[in-house]
Amino acid sequence: MDLRFTPEETTFREEVRAFIRDNLPTDIRDRMRLGHGPRKEDTVRWQRILNHKGWAGLSWPTEWGGPGWTAIQKMIFLEENQVAPAPELSSFNITMIGPVLIQFGTDEQKRRFLPRAANLDDWWCQGFSEPGAGSDLASLKTSAKRDGDTYVVNGQKIWTSTAHHADWCFLLVRTNPNAAKRQEGISFLLVDMKTPGITVRPIISIDGSHHLNEVFFDDVKVPVSMRVFEENKGWDVAKFLLGNERTGIARLGKSKERVKAAKAMAHEVNANGRPLIQDAAFRQRVAQLEIDMQALEITQYRVVSAYDKAKGSGRPDPLSSVLKVKGTELLQATTELAMDVAGPLSMPVWAEELEAMNEPDDMLEAASASTGSYLFLRAASIYGGTNEIQKNILTKAVLGL
Amino acid sequence: MDFDLSDEQRLLQDTITRLLGDRYAFEQRKGYLQAPEGFSPALWSQYAELGLLGLPFAEEYGGFGGGAQEIMLVMQAFGRALILEPYLATVVLGGTALRVAGSDAQRTEILPAIAEGRMKLAFAHSERQARYDLTDVVTTAKRNGGGWVLDGAKSVVVHGDAADRLVLSARTSGDRYDSAGITLFLVDTTASGVARRGYATRDEQRAADVALSNVTVADADVLGEVGAGLPIVRRVVEAGIAATAAEAVGAMEAMHAMTLEYSKTREQFGKPIGSYQVVQHRLADMFMTMEQGRSMAMLATMMVDHPEAAERARKIAMAKVGVGQAGRYVSQSAIQMHGGIGMTEEYAVGHYFRRCMAIERLFGDPAHYLDKLAEDVA
Repeated sequence: MDLRFTPEETTFREEVRAFIRDNLPTDIRDRMRLGHGPRKEDTVRWQRILNHKGWAGLSWPTEWGGPGWTAIQKMIFLEENQVAPAPELSSFNITMIGPVLIQFGTDEQKRRFLPRAANLDDWWCQGFSEPGAGSDLASLKTSAKRDGDTYVVNGQKIWTSTAHHADWCFLLVRTNPNAAKRQEGISFLLVDMKTPGITVRPIISIDGSHHLNEVFFDDVKVPVSMRVFEENKGWDVAKFLLGNERTGIARLGKSKERVKAAKAMAHEVNANGRPLIQDAAFRQRVAQLEIDMQALEITQYRVVSAYDKAKGSGRPDPLSSVLKVKGTELLQATTELAMDVAGPLSMPVWAEELEAMNEPDDMLEAASASTGSYLFLRAASIYGGTNEIQKNILTKAVLGL
Repeated sequence: MDFDLSDEQRLLQDTITRLLGDRYAFEQRKGYLQAPEGFSPALWSQYAELGLLGLPFAEEYGGFGGGAQEIMLVMQAFGRALILEPYLATVVLGGTALRVAGSDAQRTEILPAIAEGRMKLAFAHSERQARYDLTDVVTTAKRNGGGWVLDGAKSVVVHGDAADRLVLSARTSGDRYDSAGITLFLVDTTASGVARRGYATRDEQRAADVALSNVTVADADVLGEVGAGLPIVRRVVEAGIAATAAEAVGAMEAMHAMTLEYSKTREQFGKPIGSYQVVQHRLADMFMTMEQGRSMAMLATMMVDHPEAAERARKIAMAKVGVGQAGRYVSQSAIQMHGGIGMTEEYAVGHYFRRCMAIERLFGDPAHYLDKLAEDVA
């Protein structure tokens, strides 16, 4: 047992940090330092730089352009990338559809999609949730009827993140409505978002941003060659996707970055006649968060190093549910901290009105953005399986109840 | 980074688990509590035979050259079995003081005696007025010819009544709260002027108040350098925090397992209570909290021998807070999920609860360390 990073791991961290420092475009860095989320073109630009370096395919095998990192190295990369702060890799491309195709795809599918996914030439989105199928995903109703060499898809998806940016969608559909078990009648399709019959409608979330969408499918024709794995076995693919390497899910680097930003701002704002950073209650709150982050960091490395050892078993560690719950709780607590530091400045919406009215005002912009991420990340404990569902998973997998 | 145990460590773990499985069932433990010592002298000898009492000492002193990780494994198993013997006081606290600061003569005399089960130690530092402040020492040691004369009192000295020798702090210079001027002494508990009042603590362990009146000790019994005792005290406390963090993890494991088992067998409204989601989620919360606590106990273990004092202190303080908070949540939940039976003295869960409660307060509680960590926020 040795909790220390090996010299190789430390060198690797330095290498990653230096690369990000030297290659992250300054306009992206400046926007993100102020607490804004990345724009679409920011994410594309940065992922292409990483892909050029050979780093985008994170956990993919080297034959498909993966960097061949250990799970620990992957964590180090993710953390450095989040702390920088730099745009995160497209999770739909890199941790979802990529590994799915590597595991289940045909050679043709792999050759066609993997290089483009790594380079973000195709922006993928995930068509899973439906109005009547949230946590209970297996109750999904969007249907795909076989007609010769094509499926005809009808139905509706919802909460589809970045569907309005997407070139492709991986979609769960019902191909056998009469299956004995609901899970047995589902298939996994790859759908070109330009196909006639697809309508994307925005859902504006409480932070004011357009991230989520409804997607309607009206007699959308999908070639059978775009099905992944066997017909009616799509649930196996979905389970693999949801259970696959959720180790990055704690997004600890993001929490660390938010605390760092909150502390920096706490030097600038006053409370009771002195900088907030000197306030005892504030300092205790920060200290507590740093303790919780420290504990999660070690738990994360425990999970990750177990993953490295069990290489290829493909079975998700139930401890990854701990990472999801504790990680998102921290993400929410740290964004809350950053917003609280901003005080009354957290309330103005940084949009055209203010941008037009003011000289550049980094403090106000960062204050406003802190509220944006606070609001946006209320979703963190909902997406990817709500935290309540994670506890159900733990109950079954670990506790045997 | 590597979280796996070595083969030797696995063997050690198996050995202790087997011993405690045979000898430390909850009912057997009740018998040990009846002994005049408040623990089992027979098991103490058994620990010696198995090499547990010399575990962290160098081989030249009759030890086995183990480190913080081996102590962690032992303490975790001890936590699961709620052992009563003065292992923490003797091997961890006393042993660390000697390992860190003992002269060769002191080590040669004492460490083999500990390893063989012939000598017990206790760490007599804390005083009634000090609460958790390690610098608050008013017991005095005054020069007297070639030796020293001690006067003062030490409070809630863990296993102080069982100890043959005390690692005792006294002020040789400076004022209350001064970091400099504290000196450690090895004090024979049978020495003239040493009065001990032993008592049970809430967790069924033993402690003693120690009064020192005109106690003479020789120069050879100074541990470390005169006036430079505080850094040694800190090392001892850090080792104690790491060891009890592991013990608390063992206690949490036991409570979590008992609660889980109980939720599968206890029926209400015609179903096991574990079939209710509200109970399931509480158990999931207990599990997550315990795992976070386990991570922090590992951190403390890894930092015990870290060369940089400030970083070591900071990480161990973080672990102390994390484990303390985890222990409190898990043990409070364990009683709650058991319902009425959890409140009874007859049932084990309340005993684990009280051990966690005591550990939380040993060497400083979470609020104390959170305060220290908050000072460093910048």
